[in-house]
Amino acid sequence: MGAFTQWFNERAPGLGVAYKKHMTEYYAPKNFNVMYYFGSLALLVLVNQIVTGIVLTMFYNPSAAGAFDSVQYIMRDVHWGWLVRYMHVTGASMFFIVVYLHMFRGLMYGSYKKPRELVWLLGMLIFLALMAEAFMGYVLPWGNMSYWGAKVIITLFSAVPWIGETLVHWIMGTLSVPGDATLNRFFALHVVALPLVLLLLVVLHLGALHEVGSNNPDGVEIKKHKGPDGHPLDGIPFHPYYTLKDLVGVGVFLIICAIIIFFVPTVGGFFLEHDNSIPANDLVTPATIKPVWYFTPFYAILRAIPSKGIGVLALLLSIVVLFLVPWLDRGKVKSIRYRGLAYKIAITAFAVVFVLLGTIGADVMPTWLGYLYGNDPQAVVSINLTIARILTILYFAFFVFLWVYTFFGLEKTKPVPERVTTHV
Amino acid sequence: MSDKNSSAPMRTLSAILLALAAAFVVSPTALAEEGGGYPDANINVHDQASLQRGARLFMNYCVGCHSLKYLRYSQLADGLGLTEKQVMENLNFTGAKFGEPIVSSMPGADAEKWFGTPPPDLSLEVGARGADWVSAYLKSFYLDSSTHTGWNNTVFPGVAMPFPLWQLQGEQVAVMNPPESGQPATVKELRLAHPGSMTPGQYDQAVRDLTSFLAYVSAPDELTRSHIGAWVVLYLVLFTLFALVLKKEYWKDVH
Repeated sequence: MGAFTQWFNERAPGLGVAYKKHMTEYYAPKNFNVMYYFGSLALLVLVNQIVTGIVLTMFYNPSAAGAFDSVQYIMRDVHWGWLVRYMHVTGASMFFIVVYLHMFRGLMYGSYKKPRELVWLLGMLIFLALMAEAFMGYVLPWGNMSYWGAKVIITLFSAVPWIGETLVHWIMGTLSVPGDATLNRFFALHVVALPLVLLLLVVLHLGALHEVGSNNPDGVEIKKHKGPDGHPLDGIPFHPYYTLKDLVGVGVFLIICAIIIFFVPTVGGFFLEHDNSIPANDLVTPATIKPVWYFTPFYAILRAIPSKGIGVLALLLSIVVLFLVPWLDRGKVKSIRYRGLAYKIAITAFAVVFVLLGTIGADVMPTWLGYLYGNDPQAVVSINLTIARILTILYFAFFVFLWVYTFFGLEKTKPVPERVTTHV
Repeated sequence: MSDKNSSAPMRTLSAILLALAAAFVVSPTALAEEGGGYPDANINVHDQASLQRGARLFMNYCVGCHSLKYLRYSQLADGLGLTEKQVMENLNFTGAKFGEPIVSSMPGADAEKWFGTPPPDLSLEVGARGADWVSAYLKSFYLDSSTHTGWNNTVFPGVAMPFPLWQLQGEQVAVMNPPESGQPATVKELRLAHPGSMTPGQYDQAVRDLTSFLAYVSAPDELTRSHIGAWVVLYLVLFTLFALVLKKEYWKDVH
């Protein structure tokens, strides 16, 4: 130990302990599979968003009059500005891809079950904060889709009984359509308030995880079998084993990000929408107002229901129900590997339903239906709506099934091994 | 043994991520093209000669009314591989300085009085409408005595702009569908009634040049982006391979 290290440790003895606790002496199961890359990737994207976001903030002008021009200034006049902005934009979409896969991993291997309920809840809060952060960031370029998207989403709050209209004015800061006040508060929330909330929640999420230890694809508790040294027999130190393994995942992930950023940054209008090349205009509404792809499954649920109030309620419930998963699922077996066949079918169907809802919210489904039903727009609209309603019912049905299936003991599980199985 | 086990997840990861990338990259693009319903504009922003011809067309026929306010003459020189002298002598007719943006000299208020709507800035036109739309639009003007400019457009019905390229393409007229009861007659196809100074083939090339130029103006970063991107991806592939070797070395003692 060098003189400096000793000097440092005498003054801050807790830091070395914390490093050991969370890195070199945090024992993670050795059987992590491909689904376990997305947590560290989410952290990487978060860092990317913060760093590129700080640079963008240096050149962005948060005013209704100057925002759109300043984005073009970043794209054309600021050195490497286009790269920084494309990294931020691509990062936003990749954040959701990674987080959705991370959440699905949790469902597959029962990572939300005892003793990890708090890890799941904190993760869900991160997801909620991320949605708010993404929505407000999306408004900042002040393109026409940003503008009308903001109007539509904020107006959803008018469904709140009694105080709805007041609430809308309070959020928007203007009387009827979004304006300077809206943009300025969204800027403040996007660059200061929500990033702080996100960082705090991420620290708590990781803290809660390291308290109970990571789950794994077999859903066995590695702490049950400890060696003579007191460490789990099936565990390996996070550093260097998983830092290096995650580094490989990071490499593959960055290759995909680089291909998007350098070759197809708009991703055909999905990451960067065509209507956002037009400045915000309160007189011209885009042909179809729809959110960016990552909100489309929830947006489809909202639109599937004819009543605005119930639609908003269903939208809210579709997210709230995810918080409740640890208590809806009463099954004792964690991993999909040892769960009943019906569960395997249900969770696969749930994933398909989620993606299909996305295609409806993004208005892609009507194009597909157009190939089948030719030029009969009315038939396409009504079939699209019917499919949206069926999918909405199926979305919620998954959670009902999960409770019934496990509460009434209908599930026939396979025996869970004592130790992890992948590395034998 | 651990080698075998650890490379399988890596292959799966690559497969999943590549499939995701393919799903997000290929299908929306394909859908967007099919959904738009316009023929492929067939442009290439990396064809510098085409961009130069397109810029010349724009400066001769468009800049009188339409600005490119997000592009400076100096950036135009960079993008098109021209010198300051070449740009200022051949492409700058407004007397603007080299570092200034390309702004039309037409006063906006007058323009609104003459056409009913101010001519839009075209800096981001391809970004907003897509190259296929712009290309189809420029080929779809026809004579129509019912409008007050005498021109109409099948891609943009009721367009306020009279056709500025009529001397090049010539004059098209509409062949109408037989009218259905109670419905306004629809255009079946456009026919070239009076040829212009260009053959149809030459005009197609001119539209390609102009559309390429506007696509470049919409996203000037596209010129350098893919060249840099190839090196970035190559570097990342090497980085990933080194990371993989390092990981395998460390994981040797995990059984």
